Amino acid sequence: MPPKSDLPQGTLDLLILKVVALGPVHGYAIAQRLQQVSRDVVQVPQGSLYPALHRLENRGLLAADWKPTDTGRDAKFYRLTRGGRAALESETASWRRLAEAVGLILRLSAGGAE
Amino acid sequence: MTWLRRLLNRDRLEVQLDRELQFHVQQQEAELVARGVDPVEARRQARLALGGPEQVKEGCRDARGTRWLDDLTQDVRYAVRMFVGRPGFTAVAVATLALGIGATTLMFTVIEGVLLKPLAYPDPGRLVTLIEQTDWSNNFGNRWSFAYPNYQDCVRTTRSLTLDAWRFNGGTVTGSGDPEYVNGLQVDPGFLGMLGIAIDRGRTFLDEDSRAGALPVAIVSADLWARRQGSREAPLGSPLVFDSTPYTVIGVTSMNARLPGRPDIVTLLGNPESDPRGLLRNRNVHPGVQVWGRLRPGATVEQAQAELTLVGRRLAEQYPDSNRGRTFIASPLRPNVGDVGATLWLLLAAVALVLLIACANIGSLVLARAVSRERELAMRAALGAGRGRLMRQCLTETAVLGLAGGLSGVGLAKVGVAPFIAFWPGTLPRADDIVIDWRVLVFAVVASLTSSLIFGLAPALRVPARHLDRVLHAAGRAIRGGSRRLHSVFVAAEIALAIVLLVCAGALGRALLRLTALDAGFIVHNVLVARTAVSPTALADPSRTRAAWDGVLAAARTVPGVEAVAAVDTVPMRAGYNQNVYWTSASLPPIAERPGAIMTSVTPEYARVMGLRIRFGRFFDDHDRAGSEPVIIVDDILAQTAFGRPDVVGRQLWLPDLGPGSFRIVGVVGHVRHWGLASDDQAAVRAQIYYPFAQLPDPLVRRWSQLMSIVVRTGVPPGTLVESLRHAIRGSTSDQVMYQVQTLEDLAAASLARQRFLLLLFGAFAALALLLASLGLYGVLAYLMSERTPEIGVRLALGARAADVTRMVLGESAGMVLVGLCVGVAGAMAASRALQQFVDGVHGVDLPTYAVVMAVLSASALAASIVPARRACRVDAMTALRQD
Repeated sequence: MPPKSDLPQGTLDLLILKVVALGPVHGYAIAQRLQQVSRDVVQVPQGSLYPALHRLENRGLLAADWKPTDTGRDAKFYRLTRGGRAALESETASWRRLAEAVGLILRLSAGGAE
Repeated sequence: MTWLRRLLNRDRLEVQLDRELQFHVQQQEAELVARGVDPVEARRQARLALGGPEQVKEGCRDARGTRWLDDLTQDVRYAVRMFVGRPGFTAVAVATLALGIGATTLMFTVIEGVLLKPLAYPDPGRLVTLIEQTDWSNNFGNRWSFAYPNYQDCVRTTRSLTLDAWRFNGGTVTGSGDPEYVNGLQVDPGFLGMLGIAIDRGRTFLDEDSRAGALPVAIVSADLWARRQGSREAPLGSPLVFDSTPYTVIGVTSMNARLPGRPDIVTLLGNPESDPRGLLRNRNVHPGVQVWGRLRPGATVEQAQAELTLVGRRLAEQYPDSNRGRTFIASPLRPNVGDVGATLWLLLAAVALVLLIACANIGSLVLARAVSRERELAMRAALGAGRGRLMRQCLTETAVLGLAGGLSGVGLAKVGVAPFIAFWPGTLPRADDIVIDWRVLVFAVVASLTSSLIFGLAPALRVPARHLDRVLHAAGRAIRGGSRRLHSVFVAAEIALAIVLLVCAGALGRALLRLTALDAGFIVHNVLVARTAVSPTALADPSRTRAAWDGVLAAARTVPGVEAVAAVDTVPMRAGYNQNVYWTSASLPPIAERPGAIMTSVTPEYARVMGLRIRFGRFFDDHDRAGSEPVIIVDDILAQTAFGRPDVVGRQLWLPDLGPGSFRIVGVVGHVRHWGLASDDQAAVRAQIYYPFAQLPDPLVRRWSQLMSIVVRTGVPPGTLVESLRHAIRGSTSDQVMYQVQTLEDLAAASLARQRFLLLLFGAFAALALLLASLGLYGVLAYLMSERTPEIGVRLALGARAADVTRMVLGESAGMVLVGLCVGVAGAMAASRALQQFVDGVHGVDLPTYAVVMAVLSASALAASIVPARRACRVDAMTALRQD
């Protein structure tokens, strides 16, 4: 099993928004999906998942409804609001820019060492 | 969901949160079981994965943003519980604060009502007042009332203003019932409407009412109407005789408090064409006409001013004789409150100092508590409470204390406003506008919170952050240097503030002592002063007016107990004066360079009534009549300034306002402090000239007659003669009245009323400050010593004597007092300079005052230190050591 990474500050919100963008989903499923998709690299501490969800909901980026699941139990399903979609786009763009810039710098220093 | 809804739906959100987390755990558990994990183990793992459910919930609650409010409620509850548990401390702190904040709020209420609030007219910001200004000025300054034709030109040519003129016009009301003198106004028809003054019964003035030939109409106050007609509801239309003219009353309203001069009767300025003496047609006279205006919609004061400047320039070209160098100035209409502002601000500053002392006092109490609570706080910090959270809690506690004090303070202020107004020397202007409104409440809340920050910040900053173990081990025993220093700062501040107040009180006291010992220039005992109106019918021609005055004086002389009677236009130390220019030769200098003097028109017995000291020559006698040589008497100040020598009998003066030609000086009398005991030294014009009423030029007699008073020297207490005098002077038509009856003694006392009032209040505040500072010193010393009991025990066990311990305690106290003294004296110097500037008669503070203040303060400090010191030496060494 590869070592797990800590998430950089603020990334959790972005990841949550991305997962929720795929369709209404409850908290447990978000945790599962983050873990699966990242092939267990991103281990979201479940203790910080819920405060993050509530924060995004209170900021109006997510909305939530209580709906029955496949097994017939009521769960709180989160979905993206219009504001959430806009936030996701701008956050994604800025993340890409950052990642690209960091990549450039890393390549540069690798070149310098040769 | 909005913040507010999150706040209100807290309970539902909690249930949902619980369900959401439960769902998560059960989901995970189910999945683990499906993968073949033992159910008990699965539950354990699922729970572990989520982490502590309470921590997760706290995180989610934080996300709601309503957290601080929950904390606040919790802190407030905790604070209230704690204060209830310590009733002694709480009562002392709240009472001290209530006094401080109450007094400050009371002063602010008064200041707000008298100085800050706009006038109680609709849209007061658009009202302006106009004056005439000249490009030269003399002793009278260069502010003029309006010449009526100038006012009419302004009305005709300005587009941005509606203007209305008015002037004071008191007079005698006769007819049924006793004649009485009432305040009155003469106005333009639109004046009351411009100010938004509604007429309760009847109608307001119409333009037709001031047409030539219209019947004279009046609007009267409800009070006057009730007085004259027997009831407020008496029908309108009945005539009222005012200054011997019958007026038809067309309206009754309660208006006194809202108009200048608190008039009981308002009549019309009338048509200038029908003005018998033509004063309103003459551009050269300024018969006291004031002009107020309202800006038309959209117009600004600047536009109005530009228009007025143009009018002024045009009139100056057209009428150079009267209008050269004369312009018209519009400025926003402000309440006329005279000079009460300085007194009020001084008092606010004084009570603010008392409040600061109270804060320092409570501050050291709170600090002592904070030190003893250090362990509790350290324990909570060790258990994970954040420092910010603990500080917030400490500040919440002091804020609760502050608001409790503030609330009681507002109650005190509400109770105190009426006595304060009643206690004010004379009448406080705009007293009706003084009410506790939302601005006052905001002020009280801000004052409370600021106070609690002052006394709560230092203790809150002491919330431990590091070395918790040491604090916990110290067991609240050893008191650290930091807290001791803070305590000393509080005590030193209290002492410094107390000194400032004591020195101010001392300066006022000395000023009052000096001023009361001053020679007024006349003998104040047993003199009655009363404004007097002769029969209005006698005003028709000057000789009848003069005869009427002779009659009044003769009648007054017949009253048993009266020693001498005179008539005079302006009485010393009472409002009102008449200033004219004089010169020592016939070739007058330019108008701006002519010196001025106070002119007093008197009858011959005036010198006897007042007890004037005749230095040279004689006073007037019955031979100084109309037609005989014009004579005057001057005071020693005029003799010195005009001629540079004391004896100027036989010299001549030229008085252009009184007539052409010269006036011969027949006597020199001692200076009379016309402007009051305190203010005379600072007055711009002090020189005095007396001239015989009998020689007053005929055209002035009618006007003067309306201003004259009688002064009566009595052989018995003057108050006992008022009724018989009133009866004696009524005259054959029984319409001659005395009003505003005062004694000269009262006037002299009133001229120092401001100083006396300030001294009394400053004295009270200083005493309170001294008491608070002494209590503060006592409290801190007692506390420090009780903290040091073990140390003292060790000292005693090692052989220190009682005297050594006493010396140690007194040394501690002396250190704090000394710092306070030094800072206080510096502050007092600044404060006494301010006092000197605002209160007439206060000079710089002298050494004896400082010496007395220091002595008083040191004595109280010693008294406050003795008990703790003696308690310290009675410490039993063994008990003290076992205490640990």
